[in-house]
Amino acid sequence: MPERTVTIASRTGLHARPAAIFVKAAAEQSVPVRIRVGDGSPVPAASMLAVLSLGAGHGTEVILDADGPGADDALDALVTLLARDLDAEEAADA
Amino acid sequence: MPDTLQGIGVSPGLAAGLVVRMGPPPSLPAPRPVADPDKEVAVAVSALETVESGLRERAGAATGEAADILEALAMIAADPTLRQDAETRIRAGADAAHALRETFDGHREALAALGGYLAERAADLDDLANRAIAAALGLPMPGVPSPGHPFILVADDLAPADTAALDPSSVLALVTERGGPTSHTAILARSLGLPAVVGCGGALDLPDGVAATVDGTTGEVRAGVDEQEVAEVRARAAVERSRLEEGRGPGLTSDGHAVDLMVNIGSAADLAGVDLSDVAGVGLFRTEFLFLDRHDAPGLDEQVAAYAEAFRLFERGTIVVRTLDAGADKPLPFLGLPEEPNPALGVRGLRVARDRPEVLDTQLQAIALAAAETAADVWVMAPMVSTAPEAAGFAARARGFGLSTAGVMIEVPAAALRAGRFLDVVDFLSIGTNDLSQYTLAADRQTGGLADLLDPWQPALLQLIAGCAEAGKDSGRSVGVCGEAAADPLLAPVLVGLGITKLSMSPRGLPAVRAGLAAHSLADCRRLAGRALDAGDAAEARAAVLAETT
Repeated sequence: MPERTVTIASRTGLHARPAAIFVKAAAEQSVPVRIRVGDGSPVPAASMLAVLSLGAGHGTEVILDADGPGADDALDALVTLLARDLDAEEAADA
Repeated sequence: MPDTLQGIGVSPGLAAGLVVRMGPPPSLPAPRPVADPDKEVAVAVSALETVESGLRERAGAATGEAADILEALAMIAADPTLRQDAETRIRAGADAAHALRETFDGHREALAALGGYLAERAADLDDLANRAIAAALGLPMPGVPSPGHPFILVADDLAPADTAALDPSSVLALVTERGGPTSHTAILARSLGLPAVVGCGGALDLPDGVAATVDGTTGEVRAGVDEQEVAEVRARAAVERSRLEEGRGPGLTSDGHAVDLMVNIGSAADLAGVDLSDVAGVGLFRTEFLFLDRHDAPGLDEQVAAYAEAFRLFERGTIVVRTLDAGADKPLPFLGLPEEPNPALGVRGLRVARDRPEVLDTQLQAIALAAAETAADVWVMAPMVSTAPEAAGFAARARGFGLSTAGVMIEVPAAALRAGRFLDVVDFLSIGTNDLSQYTLAADRQTGGLADLLDPWQPALLQLIAGCAEAGKDSGRSVGVCGEAAADPLLAPVLVGLGITKLSMSPRGLPAVRAGLAAHSLADCRRLAGRALDAGDAAEARAAVLAETT
């Protein structure tokens, strides 16, 4: 199964706004994507509760996986998102 | 024909507008057998969708961090795992309301178990659960509503926790089904300058969106009024408001005894749009806003900038800055304080500096730097001080950073009893009546049923205030009141009669307090204070003073 490892770039970690942006993007992918921290069990990336429960702070490495047609594209899109500081983009988006 | 409801007017003023009810947290009825699971699943899903769309609507109307938080909550309500869990439970035989309850409880436990920031989010889940269950049962939405237009808030009763979520700029009046003149609702309404009627039977049966008028003096609520009556009442309310606001100038009794009227603020934003021309200063600048929802303490530069922004808005008067008032009761993740069984009696306020002196030092340094950048006369004070050496230690620390005027809050009976000794080592005292009544009457502020004991009219509390004021007179130093008590226009003359020289309140409370003082001479104030001190309890004290003034 394709996997990607990425470090959370957002200053406040994968909470509140960055989590909302990520979960929304995950839900829009053509395949279900899962996310985990280290050896933890993978959880659905489209679930806000599950993503918050990871407690992934700034600098935490997370692993994304997905299966099926389009999996690689989906993972690439989400990895790019997590590698950006989504808090810093707040002002620009507002 | 309009319906007329009669309650007790507890905060004067007129208002007219649309009713929005705040439901109590829904109580679950007994589980019932489910005949049609598909229909039941649809009820649960629709309840979650109602909660989600309500939150999205509010997020759209909000800005900044508040909008982000609401958006994140909406995404939790939309979480597919909630729907799946609820459906699984319904297919196993639960009805929609119970399935939702069990689903949210499961996730709540999981979040709480993770600790720290996520444990705090568990409370958000409780709020979502209550909303979803209310939607499934067809009950009014619990939690303070935010319909996006000004409204008359109708509730069973308001608890201290509800008022934190209340946006005073969109509430026209408060009407509660229960409660009395000493309820939290009454105190809150007076401090906000909002008309309020409590003990109003039938209020919760009013439909959402009905047009109503509220008279906070007579206690009359008229529901189902037409546009003409709404317009008439609004016009009369505007006349009344302008009459109060015409009472300009500094705080004075009818015979010219001066009382400093000051405002309480939580950030520079609270001063926006407030006419400060007659205000003697900021009597309480709470600094918690900089520290909430943070994983790390705000740095020196960030603090300097935020304080300087507020100081610049008020460069001709005094600004009293209260250092961080956090602790186990108002937890801040970066402080890393352990959970306590009894947080109100635990490590909070100045006590945090026992373990984390650097947090206080950084804050004092930032306040001093910001004060040096502006022309404001900046005073600092510490919350939750119990002994004179604690007060002396704080004052020495503040002066070490160049802050020449240092004082303490009087919130603990031990401190009030020793006010004279405190004034040997600090420059001023400011009485926080909310905490002082909680500790004097041994009544938890979080417990709604004890509102009568927490009433600032309690003679024991007034006696402690009198002792502090006397110590201030003996030493020639300032003793003020900055709790909710200062905003009660009937209590203000009593406090002045006890010897208080500064009253600090939310800006909206000022006009009524100014008018309340102007109606009495200093000798009247002293006589009223004597009546209140002689009373047996808060209700008797209020009744005795009312009888003298009307």
